[in-house]
Amino acid sequence: MHFEFEIEAGDFSKLGFASSQLKTILKQLLGDHKVIRRVVVALYESEVNVVAHAYSGKVIIDINTEKIEIEIDDKGPGIEDIQLAMEEGYSTASEKVREMGFGAGMGLANIKNNSDEFYISSEVGVGTNLKIIAYLK
Amino acid sequence: MKVSDIINSLDLELLCGQSGIENEITGGYVSDLLSDVMGNAKEGQVWITLQTHKNVMAIASLKDLAAVILVKGFNPDEDTVKQSNQEGVPILRAKENTFEIAGKLFQLL
Ligand SMILES: Nc1ncnc2c1ncn2[C@@H]1O[C@H](COP(=O)(O)OP(=O)(O)OP(=O)(O)O)[C@@H](O)[C@H]1O
Ligand SMILES: [Mg+2]
Repeated sequence: MHFEFEIEAGDFSKLGFASSQLKTILKQLLGDHKVIRRVVVALYESEVNVVAHAYSGKVIIDINTEKIEIEIDDKGPGIEDIQLAMEEGYSTASEKVREMGFGAGMGLANIKNNSDEFYISSEVGVGTNLKIIAYLK
Repeated sequence: MKVSDIINSLDLELLCGQSGIENEITGGYVSDLLSDVMGNAKEGQVWITLQTHKNVMAIASLKDLAAVILVKGFNPDEDTVKQSNQEGVPILRAKENTFEIAGKLFQLL
């Protein structure tokens, strides 16, 4: 199964659409499976990062009997030091974003902890690409 | 213990998400940092916060939390109320501040 969603940066009112759709789809496919909460957490945090830090983004989801694969690709400022960005507590979130309770610097760590495989690549001035894989068994 | 039990025992005001008042409560979590809740709250917990915007309900629903308690008599935003009703995750309003209501909930559970 293949799904695609667009993410609009800066628009916190539409934030979470892709993860909520994914939750509904997976519940229909798998019933009450513990992988569901992990992948929706990982996708939600990825959506937040596009909305908070990038300009626009795309979510591509592929589901088969073995695994769930999610790619989040954005156009944005990119990340200069990925290792630093992965550290819990590091954040460049704006004051407006922090007031809403985002910007703890925990999002990327949450994504990693809630996936079986996690790949991140980024080019400064171009954008960031995340790949999240979770296995059903 | 159910959401309806803590509404009565702690004198909370049920604002929306009525269909979830029979949700079973497994514990509580206190934080105003959303990715902290995303990373650390567990299914069935009651989340105590002062955040009133809609993303609170997205997180509560994705994490299958039992209910959200808003502290200090705060009002949820209009679209927060809407999403609470859609998802069936109740928002309960406390008059107390976070320290006081968390203490009471801890004792009750
Ligand atoms: N898609 C992205 N584009 C550009 N920069 C990013 C992107 N994702 C993360 N970053 C950078 O990495 C930092 C850490 O990201 P992380 O998600 O861990 O924390 P945060 O978004 O700042 O706060 P939180 O996720 O806790 O709300 C960000 O502050 C930002 O500087
Ligand atoms: Mg983040």
